[in-house]
Amino acid sequence: MSVLLFTTLVFATSLFAGLLGALTGLGGGVVIVPALVLLFKVDLRYAIGASLVSVIATSSGAAAAYLKEGLSNIRIGMFLEVATTLGALLGAYLTAKVSSHSIAILFGAVLLYSAYASFRGRTHDTLITKENPLATSLQLSGTYPTPAGPKPYHAQHVPFGFGIMFGAGTLSGLLGIGSGAVKVLAMDQAMGLPFKVSTTTSNFMIGVTAAASAGIYLARGYIDAGIAMPVMLGVLIGSMMGSKLLVKARVATLKVVFGLVIVALGIEMIFSGLTGRI
Amino acid sequence: MKTLTDKEMELSIAGMLRFGVSLSAVLVLLGGVLYLRHPWLKAPTYGCFVAEHEHLGGIAAVLRGASHLDAKSVIGLGVLLLIATPIVRVAFCIVGFARQKNRLYVFISTSVFAILIYSLIQGGH
Repeated sequence: MSVLLFTTLVFATSLFAGLLGALTGLGGGVVIVPALVLLFKVDLRYAIGASLVSVIATSSGAAAAYLKEGLSNIRIGMFLEVATTLGALLGAYLTAKVSSHSIAILFGAVLLYSAYASFRGRTHDTLITKENPLATSLQLSGTYPTPAGPKPYHAQHVPFGFGIMFGAGTLSGLLGIGSGAVKVLAMDQAMGLPFKVSTTTSNFMIGVTAAASAGIYLARGYIDAGIAMPVMLGVLIGSMMGSKLLVKARVATLKVVFGLVIVALGIEMIFSGLTGRI
Repeated sequence: MKTLTDKEMELSIAGMLRFGVSLSAVLVLLGGVLYLRHPWLKAPTYGCFVAEHEHLGGIAAVLRGASHLDAKSVIGLGVLLLIATPIVRVAFCIVGFARQKNRLYVFISTSVFAILIYSLIQGGH
């Protein structure tokens, strides 16, 4: 295969991965890694290296837009980034210790969980506005815009949320993904934050989390310019197109179709890991 | 120095993030164009991981290569700039919280910043 053909095919696949990641809300990383490994037979380490770069690009780009809307909570994000960056260091360290088979199986499991989480959607509507002493002393509260004016919220179960965030960071460093689904789980489910605040703050944190493992990936040679270039540009453009499409079109059917693609990728990753093909 | 509202802090961070991502995307695109100057060469096989294989190398090596318009170094410079973007964002937050006189969050942001710098330095060894 010529350099031009390889680069074009990887770019087109990344464009699709970015689109799919934006429409399902899962991020491009969870799609591009299995695509590179299963379709292009790229070594898992090059795939997670390229994916991590694209994750930093898309999350930082999207965070800029969300910040202007005033939905992300910088304090809550910063506090939880202590947990995710420490987790990311551990995860990046583990990539050299854990076999590719196990990483592939874990990746498949995360894909299946993410698909499940995106379909389940939000489960609780009632917002806990009760103050929590620990959250208050850590200033983990804020207001978010509603049609009826700004509404206050307060974080709950802070140590539990912090713990899940450490796990989310580890997964991010180990798999080269943003692990947005787990971050949302920590904030929306464990800490009882409003759903919109959870998703946008999660996105805000993804870039910093990924940057913590990127240094280690760079030094180990996981980030190859020939793959990272088409993946970063493709995923970035694809996810920008995806978020434009989200506000314009009704994408319910598309979400179901893409969800099934993600489930299929997850099963294929687990199968490949179990049979030792990865 | 007047104190900074949360909103002003959010807007300055948003602008900085947009700038970092745009500049790095332009560099990676430029490197990509240089990289495809010989489009019919055989693509490297990525099926097997080689630690030394086409290594992006240290920051000094990337800067040196980029100044000679070496394709992989220009892409590498874009990637480095991209990795730097969230790190600079944390630095922005330290300054922002300092201007809000929020000592707790100056401390928390500085911790995150230290972890990120540790990762970059430690990664080099």
